[in-house]
Amino acid sequence: MMAFWQIVRRDLLLARRQGASSLLGVAFFVIVVSLFPFAVGPDAIILASIGAGIIWVAALLATLLSLDRLFQADFEDGSLDILVLTRQPIAMLVLAKTLAHWLTTALPLIIASPLLAMFMALPVDVFATLVISLAVGTPALSLIGAVGAALTVGMRRGGVLMSLLVLPLYIPVLIFGVGAMGAAMMGQDASSALMLLGAISLFALVLAPIGAAAALRLALE
Amino acid sequence: MVESVQYIAPSAISGATPGIAVAALSCDRGGRRVFSGIEVTLSPGDALVLRGPNGSGKSSLLRVLGGYIRPAEGVLRWNGEDVWDDIGQYQACVHYVGHLDGVKPVLTVRENLTMWSALMGDAMDPDDALKHFGLGNLADLPAKYLSAGQRRRLNLARLGASQRPLWLLDEPSVSLDATSVTQLEELVASHRRTGGIVIVATHNDLQIDHATEIDMGEIDMGTLGDAT
Repeated sequence: MMAFWQIVRRDLLLARRQGASSLLGVAFFVIVVSLFPFAVGPDAIILASIGAGIIWVAALLATLLSLDRLFQADFEDGSLDILVLTRQPIAMLVLAKTLAHWLTTALPLIIASPLLAMFMALPVDVFATLVISLAVGTPALSLIGAVGAALTVGMRRGGVLMSLLVLPLYIPVLIFGVGAMGAAMMGQDASSALMLLGAISLFALVLAPIGAAAALRLALE
Repeated sequence: MVESVQYIAPSAISGATPGIAVAALSCDRGGRRVFSGIEVTLSPGDALVLRGPNGSGKSSLLRVLGGYIRPAEGVLRWNGEDVWDDIGQYQACVHYVGHLDGVKPVLTVRENLTMWSALMGDAMDPDDALKHFGLGNLADLPAKYLSAGQRRRLNLARLGASQRPLWLLDEPSVSLDATSVTQLEELVASHRRTGGIVIVATHNDLQIDHATEIDMGEIDMGTLGDAT
């Protein structure tokens, strides 16, 4: 367990020193969403009706944008060779790196999301549901993405292939994330959609590290 | 630096043969047999030097021995047990130095080393290890300012910063100056004195006393002969 937190700390330190890279994700998220009021016009009713979907899709794309560096940087400089020699299963290594990735990329998205909800003229009483649905759903995005990142590590232009692998798997997260928002907008109880979203995250928490670990072993051959 | 600590393999106590043993090991890369029929047994304190021309399979053999590549045939045993029964436990006994240095440019020299020793376990004083390779006065410098040789020395300092019985070194002396090569030889010798095992692939005349040698070039030729 020591090694697990050491890796989380290492990746957080690296992200902090490299600075810009984790801010790029959230900047992308903000810019993509803020394009829509310009594109569809300032009609509050239209914006509110598409707002939740836009925010979720932008969150998906922002996560995807940052994922290709998850293992690639360590693969390219030889660190991954050494990381698998640390005293823990590779699945734990994957989990630690994914947790650090979530903290540096998904957490800023969640924090920025109320601001974007304002851009999209969403009613204030659904802001809480938006934050909760992103908090429950983004772990699944990071975990599923980790499998895609591990499968394409070491490939040139692996990022494009990774998008093709990962985006279809993001659809259930998108459906229940937007579903929770839809329920909240109509004044209904969003908890069933949120629970299904949580179930996807838990499912990914169990299976994704194992899949990504197997993919990393293959990449190191 | 490591003289004071005697490494005792866990199964040495239970009576199994300590050390590494490979039998009839062969490896395929890209559908092509790179080498086959490698047989070698090394006990604590032994060293193995792999020689041979480029592409003769030295690096592949080291990666098989590191547990990165599953051998096509043959068995790799550590302390009498097949390493593929529990590859994680075996890899926790290994230091691997490959062609890439695994140095993070945004961290300082000391941070790079302490990060690795914390992750690898059985950490020793990182400053000692840095001093051994003449990096003591660069400890607080971001690693992006290091030269190729200094980065290599920082990578090699990992060997002294956490204790592991089996060292696999792939061309460790590349881009090192004469002094650093001597320091590396000293480190290897002291590791062997304390019961460590070193396997090194090299073209250069890295001075390693009483080492078993395998010429990978000859093995490759032999296989081709057998196949026809």
